[in-house]
Parts: sequence; C-alpha cells; structure tokens
Amino acid sequence: MSEAAGLNMVEAITRGLGQLLEEDPDALLMGEDIGANGGVFRATAGLLERFGAERVIDTPLSEAGFVGAAIGMCLVGIHPVVEIQFDAFVYPAFEQLISQAGRFRWRTRGAYGLPLVVRIPYGGGTRAPELHSDSPETLFSHMPGLRVVVPSDPLSAGELLLAAARCGDPVIFLEPKRMYRRGRQALPTKFTPGDLDHAVVVRPGDDLTVVAYGAMLEVADGAAARLEQEGVSTRVLDLRCIYPLDRESLLGAAQETGRVLVVHEAARHCGVGAEIAALLQEEVADALLAPTLRVTGMDMPFPLSQNEDDALPSVERVLAAAHTMLEY
Amino acid sequence: MLEGARTILGLPEPEMVATLGEWSRELALDLFTAMAQLRAFDERAVILQRQGRIGTYPTFYGEEAVQAASVRALRSGDWLFPTYRQTAVVTLRGCPPLVPLLMWRGHPGGWHDVMEYRVAPICVPVATNLPHAVGAAWGAQLRHLDLVSLAYGGDGATSAGDFHEACNLAAVVGAPVIFLINNNQWAISTPVNKQTKVRRIADKAAGYGMPGVRVDGFDVFACYQVVREAAARARAGEGPSLIEAIGYRLGPHGTADEPSLYRDQAAGLLWEPMEPLRRTQMALVAAGLASEIELDRIRDDTVAGLRNIGDAVEACAPVTIEEIATTVHRETPWGLLPDHLREPSWTPEAADGG
Repeated sequence: MSEAAGLNMVEAITRGLGQLLEEDPDALLMGEDIGANGGVFRATAGLLERFGAERVIDTPLSEAGFVGAAIGMCLVGIHPVVEIQFDAFVYPAFEQLISQAGRFRWRTRGAYGLPLVVRIPYGGGTRAPELHSDSPETLFSHMPGLRVVVPSDPLSAGELLLAAARCGDPVIFLEPKRMYRRGRQALPTKFTPGDLDHAVVVRPGDDLTVVAYGAMLEVADGAAARLEQEGVSTRVLDLRCIYPLDRESLLGAAQETGRVLVVHEAARHCGVGAEIAALLQEEVADALLAPTLRVTGMDMPFPLSQNEDDALPSVERVLAAAHTMLEY
Repeated sequence: MLEGARTILGLPEPEMVATLGEWSRELALDLFTAMAQLRAFDERAVILQRQGRIGTYPTFYGEEAVQAASVRALRSGDWLFPTYRQTAVVTLRGCPPLVPLLMWRGHPGGWHDVMEYRVAPICVPVATNLPHAVGAAWGAQLRHLDLVSLAYGGDGATSAGDFHEACNLAAVVGAPVIFLINNNQWAISTPVNKQTKVRRIADKAAGYGMPGVRVDGFDVFACYQVVREAAARARAGEGPSLIEAIGYRLGPHGTADEPSLYRDQAAGLLWEPMEPLRRTQMALVAAGLASEIELDRIRDDTVAGLRNIGDAVEACAPVTIEEIATTVHRETPWGLLPDHLREPSWTPEAADGG
C-alpha cells in the first residue's frame, strides 16, 4: 500500500500492533489464524514475519482457553493482545472475561491489574453470516473491571489501541469491521497513545448533539451534514469510550445544545443509549429542551444479510429522530 | 478404586517400611508438619463457622496429603492456581492463616498478595483456573523463566469446558503445567460415575496427548513423588501432565451441606481409615522416622498456634465501600468515586433517614 494514499483502519491497526510489539518486548499477540494467515481481516498481516511465532501466536480454536491463558500470561509479566475472530465468538470467553479478568485487580485489593487487550471485530453492515455481526459492547460495559473502547477511524484505531495496551487493566477493544476498509487517512509512522477517558467532538454545533461511536459515527455525521443544510447547527460526539462514559462531554452536550440524540447499532434494550438518557435526566434534566431519543438496532438477533439494513440505523432514521426532537 | 494408583502407604507393611526408610527424616517431617498445619487450619475454620465468626466454609478434611505434597514438591517460584477448596495452600507459602480466614468472613483482607506467594486468587467456578495455569506456564516458557505452574481441580471440574480447553492448549503448546485433579468422588451430591463415563480420570490425558498418572490421594509421599516427577518433566520441556489423586470426600462439601440427603454414610466410613494425617503418623512411626510423641507434639503445636485466631479475625476493622471502589481499576472511573458511588439524590444525612 502506497503511504501517500494513507492507511485504512485495518492497516492502521496492523501498524499499531507492530508499534506495540516493537516498543514493548513483553507484548505478544494471540488468536485464531493470526500468524501466516494474518488474521481473517488481515489485521496482523506481516507481523509473524517481523516478530516471529513466539510473539504472533496461532492458538487452537478455544476462546475460553486462550483468553484464560492470556490472564495467566499477565502473571508472568506478559502483555497479551488477544484477537477474537468475530464479535459473537467472544461469548465462549465471556466467563473468563467477566468472572476472572474484570475482577482480578479487585481480588488483589487494587495492587495488580491485568495488562490485557481483547480485540474484537464487531458490528453489522458487511453482509456476513449469522453471529458475525453482533455489537456486544453493553455486555462488557455492564460488568465490572473492564474498559470498553471503540475507535471510529484509522487514526483513533491506532491511538486508542496503543492507549489500551498501556492502560494496565483489561480493555475490550471493539473494532467496527464495517469501517476496516472504508476510507484512508494520512497517519503518523508512530502513533501517540490516545485518551481512554474522553469523547471527541468531531463536528461542532449548538442546536442538537448526536452521540455515536464506531461505524455509526459515519451515519451520525451524514445526518448532521443534512441538518446543517436545514440550518440546524449539529454537534457530533464520537463517544469512543463506552466504559467509563465521558460524563463531562455528555453533560456539556446537554447543557450547551439542549438536545442529545444517541445512535448505536446494538439492540436498544439496556443499551448505551439508555444509559446516556438516564445519566442526562438524572443530572441535567433542566437543561434538556427535548427528551433524549435513541436510534438503535432492534431487540432481536441481528438479521441475516438481506434484512440487515432494516436493523442498522440510517441517516434517514437519525434525521427523523432529530426532527422530532427539534419540533418537541 | 485405587487400581493403578501409585502408593507407598498402601504397600504391604514390610515393603512400605522399607520404602519409607529411604526417605530423609527431614523431608518426611516437613510433609507431616505441612499436613498438620492444613488440618489445624481446616478444623479451626469449621469451629469459627460454628461460632458464627466466619461464613459458609468449604472444608478440605481429607485433602491435606494432596495439598501439602503439591506445595512441597514445587519450588517457591512456581505458580499455584487454587480453587475454593485450597484456600489454605497459600499459608504453606508463608501467608498468615488470618488472611484466608478473612476471606471466609467476607473481609477484603482475605485477598492475599498473589505476587509475593505466587498463588493466584481462588477461582470459584470450577475449572476456570485451569486456563490461567496454562497461560502462566506457557508465558514462562516463552520468556525463558524457569518455573512451572500447578492448577487444582476436582472430579467435577473435569466435566467443564475449561478443563478441555486448558488440557488441549497446554499439550499443543507444551506448557510446563501440572493439572492436579483431586478425585474425591463427589461434586456436592453428584458421584463421579454421573460425572464421567471414564473409569479413570487419568485416562482423559491420552485424549490430549499428555501423560496421566493415578496416585493414592491419601498418601502424601506418593503424591509428593508424582508431582515432583510431573514438575521435572515440565522443567525438562516435556510439557504438561495430568495427575488423578484418588481420594474420598470424607467430610461434607461445605459447612452448609447435608451429605446424608444423597450418600450412604456407611460407605464413607470405609474410607475413614485412609484419613491422611493419622495414616501418615502411623507410617512414620512404623518406619522409625519419628516417634508418636514427637508427631503428637507437632499436631498440638499447630493447633495451639491457631487457638486464638478467631479474636484476630473478628478484630479486623471493616473496609469502607468507598475504599473498595478504588480497587477495581488502576485509574478509578468517575462512577466509582465517592461523589458518584451512590445515586445523585443520596446525601450523608440521608443515611440517618434525614
């Protein structure tokens, strides 16, 4: 890939992983088909050749086993970055993540954390088979001791990945696979670790805030562009951190724009949108000019490919919600 | 039940005496003392539970030989991965017994220092600790550290998915790990024949491409030998081992359990002569390695050392929930800070109903 054209998200992740392995001799990668195959999405392409089979490790097909093993590796000074092949394939490792990884620091009274990153390509919009399009962020942000991070573009993917690896606690790093090859950015040869505590305003505005993350950021921004044409000054907030939420940015959005709309492709029930709506009405209800509406996926299995566009939030659905809020 | 199991104490007496006679008195007494310490802890914990000073407690009466042997057969730098039934093994690594007793009182002081003792926190869901032991051993191998790891499980744990994934992964990567399965024949009320159709759990090892050995779980000397051999294999780069220590759960599952509901108490009595501390004491005396009086004194001393520990358990000041909230993450998220730990409507005055 010519550097002049910039890098897409999956190439940015490859670069970030390479930087991680170069800078941290204790770091290693493990997962299914990540070695010679370079991962099913090629996120680890070329890394086996550069770093060898002791640092880019193909595992047996056993998510609970190798996530559990990564926990044990942390005890002997290793900083594992684990790849889960597809979103729903993390469910077998759920017990290791929530009953073990997330509780480890608490079990040592704060003394020792697990420097573990679990990378998960997630989300819909790629016409994939069943159980290859899930958005499991709520599950992990509801359970204690895990950070949940979602990049939205190549630069944030590289920067947040580096930050996740240095955070000292387990991070569920959800990569919006629909964005893997969608657009290129000129990137630094070395990433500066990003900020795991803050959302980023990607479009300023005063009349309405649309909160989104991952692949939904593109949808949110598309809707914002249309609203701008209608004369509605629309702020777009890239949430990035699902746990912990950036309280200041969210309360600020409510206080400064009076309307906060949340977009996510995960199911609506008990989703991130519900949490944000509850936070706002608990803390800044007086500042709200309209109820916080949610544009989300549906409370059903993520549809097979012919119907996935019915479930995924679209620019039109976001616009309809925005108009409802503006006319409230 | 014990067919094919390595044993020393189960040999005909002249042979047992001759075999044991080759052991150093120092090592034999050390193993006995470790068992006595575990027994004293276990008995004291049951007393404290009866007194209402600690909560429900999973007794390990009868498992002392396996536990003591496993700790003593390894080096202090080797990692141990216990479950809830091995909470006292950390005391054999130098941790004060007060610490695991606090665990059963529900006090956060019950979490020991995992790095100092190289003993992981206990895992409550059975078998979840097995992949951790694989990772520690495998990681040590990748980092060229000279250490092995050992994970404990019971017969019930061998039915869980994590057992399979851990054994398979360990064998594939050649991790220097020992799976020590204490087959006490009962998982709460489920007998081992309803747990698996395999008559010998050690046979499962073949399915993973690693050796499986059976040992008399009431024989501290045989257990010590098989763990030493497994550790030597692991250190030599020959990979993991599965050890099936055959015993019988002499006591209840825990202090809240009522075994008469589900098992024939008379059948259990047949195993009582195997009770490992008394059995070891008789063997040591028969082999001329120690006198009855001397061994009684060791037992008395370990019991005396814990006689008043209940007062210390009760004296530990409670920890505030605000402090606990700061132990979950390295950088405490805002929702766990004192101002946000409870709902916004809460004030300190509200605590008094104001």
